Amino acid sequence: MTALIEAHGLTVRLGGHEVLSGVDFHIAPGEIVTVLGPNGSGKSTLLRALMGIVAPSSGQITRAPGLRIGYVPQKLAIDRNLPLTVRRFLSLPRRVSDAQAMAALDRTGLPQALAGRQLGALSGGQLQRVLLARALLGNPQILVLDEATQGLDQPGEAAFYRLIEDIRAETGAAVLMVSHDLHVVMAASDRVVCLNGHVCCEGTPRVVSTAPEYRALFGLGTQGALALYRHEHDHGHDHAHDHPHDHSHPHEPHHHA
Amino acid sequence: MLDDFLTRAALAGTGVAVAAGPLGSFVVWRRMAYFGDATSHAAILGVALALALGLPVIAGTTLVALAMAGTVSALAGRGWAMDTTLGVLAHSALAFGLVAVSFLPGVRVDLSAFLFGDILAVGRADLAFIWLGALAVAVLLAWRWQALLTSTLNEDLACSAGLHPGRERLVLTLSLAIVVAVALKVVGALLIAALLIVPAAAARSLARTPEAMAIGATLIAILATFGGLGLSITHDTPAGPSIIAAAAVLFALLLALSAVRRGQLSP
Repeated sequence: MTALIEAHGLTVRLGGHEVLSGVDFHIAPGEIVTVLGPNGSGKSTLLRALMGIVAPSSGQITRAPGLRIGYVPQKLAIDRNLPLTVRRFLSLPRRVSDAQAMAALDRTGLPQALAGRQLGALSGGQLQRVLLARALLGNPQILVLDEATQGLDQPGEAAFYRLIEDIRAETGAAVLMVSHDLHVVMAASDRVVCLNGHVCCEGTPRVVSTAPEYRALFGLGTQGALALYRHEHDHGHDHAHDHPHDHSHPHEPHHHA
Repeated sequence: MLDDFLTRAALAGTGVAVAAGPLGSFVVWRRMAYFGDATSHAAILGVALALALGLPVIAGTTLVALAMAGTVSALAGRGWAMDTTLGVLAHSALAFGLVAVSFLPGVRVDLSAFLFGDILAVGRADLAFIWLGALAVAVLLAWRWQALLTSTLNEDLACSAGLHPGRERLVLTLSLAIVVAVALKVVGALLIAALLIVPAAAARSLARTPEAMAIGATLIAILATFGGLGLSITHDTPAGPSIIAAAAVLFALLLALSAVRRGQLSP
């Protein structure tokens, strides 16, 4: 299986400051990868470099030819002078039919009545789902989410992660997400990459939570516990638990220099 | 029909409005107001240059407006503090233009015609240029509309979809230079930016989509042209400023109207 996006020795300098140095990264079709790191660790820069928005100072980035990216930005600053309904926004950059637009709203759990609302009048959670709905309309091979759950409360965050997981299961799209929320990482992540200018450690969520590098980077606030939102398929109700994983684990994490 | 100066004036104003509506909307959405000022003020320098070199005025203004718009766009791309930079550029372009005009030997230039427009003196050739330029801009903007709108909303979003925000910025830069060149005769260098911003701002209060705002801005600009010309004919006021004044009155009326509407909607 060839990677959708692959980077080797990726180094990015912004304003004379080296934000990323020597990062190796890859994401395969259908894979969910969470990039975890404190503020200023270069997470957003990594996403932007992988999408081709910022040019690397050195290193190599390869994207699958004609890769369809569904990008969900961290936030959308909408100028008050730009009138924009949800329906109109869904038709950017590619015009979609009403039926497609309604299906995308349905899929992301939004009422169709929202179509006529102004984008600027939405709540944070609604806007987040509208951004996701728009990204899905491009039939993406990979969804890229930048701090997608920022501003959501815990149940909202859990529901959003469940939605992402379901969408991955349905469409087979890979998911690349970035989070600074060290307490909560989507349990469905196939891989967690801890970033702090360079890749500190990576592996499955459980493996990473026991890595010494992870503890060194995030250990203070959480005593090294990485809480996971789990997707309980057998539960019929909308409730999520966080599970601390302090128990020792037989697997050794994959260490990076 | 084109023999009547008033008909030609109305047609000239309508032509400019066709381009100014959608372009003005982008100027408002992207907060490029000062950008419009700098480019249109530079047109005076273009006038001086054209007269000195014996070129047609429209060629001089297009070239200098293009150079100014390109400079500003490049500076913006490098992250300069735009507010101050644009202020410096806008005012110095105007000052240098006025100084340059005074140096022209033996040429008697009616400066106020370039500063405030001379729409009542629009000839057939002017009219042809105005419509040609305005239609070119309208077609260009219509062609790039989806990409322009996406880039305006969020450049990263546009990039991730394979668009090139830099290229779309260039489209707006070029459009602005053309509109400045063709609108110079209509409202003059000092008021071109107003013709871009005031109708668009007026249309904002009633519009629910970007397209409605752009079309609304064009209609309001046409209405303002007719209103301004009427005022000019009946009360002998300067035509260019009268058009902008009419647009400003429409802005105030529409703002009040939307406030009343909103008041009725909310309990």
